Amino acid sequence: MTIRLTTAAAAIALLLGGNWALAGDKPTDPQIAHIAYTAGVIDVEAAKQAIATSKNKTVVEFAESMVRDHESVNKQALDLVKKLNVTPEDNDTSKALSQAAETKRSELAKLTGADFDKAYVENEVAYHKQVNGALETLLIPSAQNAELKSLLETGLKLFQGHQQHAEHVATELK
Amino acid sequence: MTAAVNPLRSAILALLLGTAAIVVPARAETIEVTIDRLAYAPVEIEAKVGDEIEWINKDALVHTATVKGGADVLLPAKKSARLLLQEPGSFDYICRYHPNMKGHITVRP
Repeated sequence: MTIRLTTAAAAIALLLGGNWALAGDKPTDPQIAHIAYTAGVIDVEAAKQAIATSKNKTVVEFAESMVRDHESVNKQALDLVKKLNVTPEDNDTSKALSQAAETKRSELAKLTGADFDKAYVENEVAYHKQVNGALETLLIPSAQNAELKSLLETGLKLFQGHQQHAEHVATELK
Repeated sequence: MTAAVNPLRSAILALLLGTAAIVVPARAETIEVTIDRLAYAPVEIEAKVGDEIEWINKDALVHTATVKGGADVLLPAKKSARLLLQEPGSFDYICRYHPNMKGHITVRP
């Protein structure tokens, strides 16, 4: 289980970091917008699964925070792309993220009780770590539009807070 | 018509303001704290009993100003809310949803 989690995290890191480096090309703003939006949707879906499954108050409250914040940021992202008249563009990174999320979702669906809580929260730590790494090293430096860059920077600050929050919940579950 | 009403209104206002000044001699203040990009500014505030704090939330996120075991002010996205300071003391506060947001209030008697 732990090995599979680590493998999934490594795969995401490779996809987010490696693909573009190999192509020798940075993601464009429409691609960045799509990746950021997809990453948000994935976390909202994971949170909804946790709200439906978990009986732990701390875990459910954490998951509710994730829904509230990621939906809010994604709404801002949609408003921005509309304002800028940009169409988010699907790409391999978005596809890989969605695929990894689906695998994780079915893994979590087999768990209940404390096992589910632990696996969900551990994945939240790993997932936010990966997405924050990608924002910091690839997505923010690549963004051309100032407003998009600023939204990503605010997002990074928020998601670093989520990571800390998830780490805190994880220690409480031990 | 305006000319006729104005002196009367002035007289009433003067009366009201005069009365208010007598009834409430202390000057309570409103202290503004802005929230922008997940941070309270200023972080440290000094106030006295009777003052109000107004948090102005500029983020598109829901925040709170929460004293552990005490006040809990909900701050909806892009909205502001107030808290009347009723007791002296030194209070650390955080946002319940974003516990890495921290602030401090010192309330003098």
